[in-house]
Amino acid sequence: MESRSLKEELSVLIDVDWCKGCGICVAFCPKQALSLDEHGKARWTGPEDCVRCGLCQMRCPDLAIELR
Amino acid sequence: MNTRRYIRERFFPHLWCPGCGHGIVMSALVGAVDSLGLSQNEVVVISGIGCSSRMPGYLDFHTMHTLHGRALAFATGVKMGRPDLTVIVPMGDGDAAAIGGNHLIHAARRNLDLTAVVLNNRIYGMTGGQSSPTTPEGDRSTTAPYGVLDPSFDLVELARGAGASFVARSTTYHAQETRELLAAAIAHQGFSLVEVLSQCPTYYGRKNQGGDAVAMMKTFKQITAPAGSQRAAQDPGLITRGILVQEPRTEYCAAYGELVRELSGHEE
Repeated sequence: MESRSLKEELSVLIDVDWCKGCGICVAFCPKQALSLDEHGKARWTGPEDCVRCGLCQMRCPDLAIELR
Repeated sequence: MNTRRYIRERFFPHLWCPGCGHGIVMSALVGAVDSLGLSQNEVVVISGIGCSSRMPGYLDFHTMHTLHGRALAFATGVKMGRPDLTVIVPMGDGDAAAIGGNHLIHAARRNLDLTAVVLNNRIYGMTGGQSSPTTPEGDRSTTAPYGVLDPSFDLVELARGAGASFVARSTTYHAQETRELLAAAIAHQGFSLVEVLSQCPTYYGRKNQGGDAVAMMKTFKQITAPAGSQRAAQDPGLITRGILVQEPRTEYCAAYGELVRELSGHEE
């Protein structure tokens, strides 16, 4: 039940001005919850699949991702 | 964790190339400081010159951006003057092992309570992709178009040989592990060195068909194994990760303080 509440409370926030579109978050997301948009910027496109593990935030070299 | 609390947002987006691993290490370092509950006023980050040495500019601690290879010398001065502060020195492989090689071995020998973080991308990134002392033998760079002839330094063995009391290694793929190792290194009383393999897709990757940042990080996963693991034992060619040296030894500031107290006592 705790993960349910985490899922509801936490969002993956992406600062597109800081994102350089390297694709690391997309490639290593265990749930394929991220993708690159037409401008080559990371987007949180699968919030329903996302388990809020925070790997994207930890591996983002641009410090552009925050789980909050 | 609120990362932005620890960074100078006005300098973002940072200047590192897309996919450069250095930002991952910076993020892990901020996480390590946060996990230890240190106040920003207790932490000093001192660097030399190079891509990785731009890090202090982005961090909201006490920071110094000093001379190429000499960050450990500046850090020694800060630590001797204010032993109560936590001093962290991010360095590149060239900064640490070539230009500042002597500062590195003597800081390790003295066992001053500093944390050296070597972001090893195996090449000089900022100046155009020349070979560094950690470019693997046979690999290419702009100064070695047919492959490097020199055998490379193993930074962990170098630090161990010089007497470092804490030595660890990880990679940018293993970001969580890097954060934990950095926290352990900062908490350690004495000289600690953490080598983090970091990808340079712009030069090292391109010169060695390493692929993009994602491919290079996957390679880090393949070529490393936790020290003491079955995988490491089965394949001695793998690079070991984790805490590789951890030996309590007299810390330099403590020994110096003791000497001062002893001599002051004689005068009375």
